[in-house]
Amino acid sequence: MSDVILDIRGLEKSFGALKATDGVTLDLRRGEIHALIGPNGAGKSTLIKQITGEIRQDRGSITFEGQAIDGLDAAARARLGLARSFQVSSVVPEFTALENTMLAVLGAGGGVFRFLRPALHDPALTDPARFHLDQAGLAGRAAVPAGVLSHGERRRLEIAMALAMRPRAFLLDEPMAGMGAEGARDLTAILSDLRAEAPILLVEHDMDAVFALADRISVLVYGRIIATGSVEEIRANAEVRRSYLGEEA
Amino acid sequence: MGRVRRMRQAAIVNAAVFALLVAVALAAHVLGAPYVVTLATKAAIFAMAGVGLNLALGYGGMVSFGHAAFFGIGGYVTGIFASHAAAGTPVLTLPFTVAGSAEMLGIWPMVMVVTALAAMVIGALSLRTTGVYFIMVTLAFAQMVYYFAISWRAYGGEDGLSFYVRNSFPGLNTFAPIQFFAIAAALLALAMGFVALVTRSRFGLALQAARANPQRVMASGIRPFALRLTAFVLSAVIVGLAGSLYADLNRFVSPAMLSWHMSGEIMVFVILGGVGRLAGPVAGAGVFILLEQVLGGVSDYWQALLGLLLLAIVLYAPGGILGLLPGGRRHV
Repeated sequence: MSDVILDIRGLEKSFGALKATDGVTLDLRRGEIHALIGPNGAGKSTLIKQITGEIRQDRGSITFEGQAIDGLDAAARARLGLARSFQVSSVVPEFTALENTMLAVLGAGGGVFRFLRPALHDPALTDPARFHLDQAGLAGRAAVPAGVLSHGERRRLEIAMALAMRPRAFLLDEPMAGMGAEGARDLTAILSDLRAEAPILLVEHDMDAVFALADRISVLVYGRIIATGSVEEIRANAEVRRSYLGEEA
Repeated sequence: MGRVRRMRQAAIVNAAVFALLVAVALAAHVLGAPYVVTLATKAAIFAMAGVGLNLALGYGGMVSFGHAAFFGIGGYVTGIFASHAAAGTPVLTLPFTVAGSAEMLGIWPMVMVVTALAAMVIGALSLRTTGVYFIMVTLAFAQMVYYFAISWRAYGGEDGLSFYVRNSFPGLNTFAPIQFFAIAAALLALAMGFVALVTRSRFGLALQAARANPQRVMASGIRPFALRLTAFVLSAVIVGLAGSLYADLNRFVSPAMLSWHMSGEIMVFVILGGVGRLAGPVAGAGVFILLEQVLGGVSDYWQALLGLLLLAIVLYAPGGILGLLPGGRRHV
């Protein structure tokens, strides 16, 4: 079982009478992209937030690289190498792309409590940040404030920041959201290469991207996983077609 | 993007604002107007308090309405040490003996330690809240310190505490207005230099990120709470030192230094001059003192005019006075 990086067992979370997560068992294995799909309100974001530690589950366990992480907060989980991107771009708008990426380098490498040396002249921060910006295809945009980057560029910046976290696993929450067809194609290529760095749990609505990228797909409906399997198996699954894919597939 | 140029312009503006303050004091000294030198000293001290608050408010996004607590604690520590030195009695005998002191270099470290401890307690509790609750909780803590000072008879209670000799500084005559100004201006310059370094450092990068997007900072593996508490304490120490100078300026401390009016005034220096701008509070404090002198002579209700000016700034020039000058946009 050493291939399992992230192991989620029997996760439950209720908000009042609403069971947002209802006994979810899911794993993420080395070298794969595991896509999580499902209709709006299925509880995908709630599930991601329980994995990152932004909210706590009511029941069940999450194991990351053999270590139970249920008691850790979001910052501690991030330092273990759980790198996430957000559904709505979440960057620091007045920081440049470089500074945003430096922040992620800083989080992963530690040494935040240094007060006197200018961060922008610190190669231990700027070199890795430039490297990861380049990886995400943003080399030429390092000095541009994140707030004036295009939507697609901001999504790439999130990828660069996730890479800078020295991730052991990526949690990408709808990285394609709001991107044009061309941007989505470019990002698909970047994500495909990313799985070699660390496995990806990918929440995505863009079915073209999911079918192009995923090694495995899990379908979440009303807080429950109704099917897990390869692209072909999910495409052929009658229940999935009925409850989610519908006309699309 | 002209970013480097903008930063250079901002640095020039910062230096120019500080130089203007020094020039006013020097000119007044040469022209034989010690009263104006003292006003410039007051402006430098208020500016330093504003520079300190700005670290928490402007860079850290913590709208503290309780920084008078640190200003006043700095003042009271100074007054208490000075009065004990004059009386020849120790400040403390338990758990260990602490002697009084009439030397600034002996008093300042005490001021820094006491304000830092107070800020750790107040900050650790206040920073569990955000937004308007944070404002109210910091105000509540400052009011607690205020009422404590009023009821503390041993140090003058409501009447405050006088000490008749301004504390000394090696090689200087602190009673000469221009020499005391030099001390205040030097501390102000040190505080500005310190804040400039801190805001450009790793810590400053993370602190400013936590102001703009705490969720992202958390996802990067850094806890905003620790950043904010550290900035809050550093900010309080600077304000405490300003309070110490203010006590020395007046040779008197009273609960007024701890009152919410004082918290409000320090905030006004920052907002008037420019939130998150290094020299903003210097410009703000200078303009405040100027208005107090010029308009205060015309009418006792000069603060109504200050209110109008503040309103105009907030509505039409949210970058403050310095926001209207080149390099005015806030930067990292």
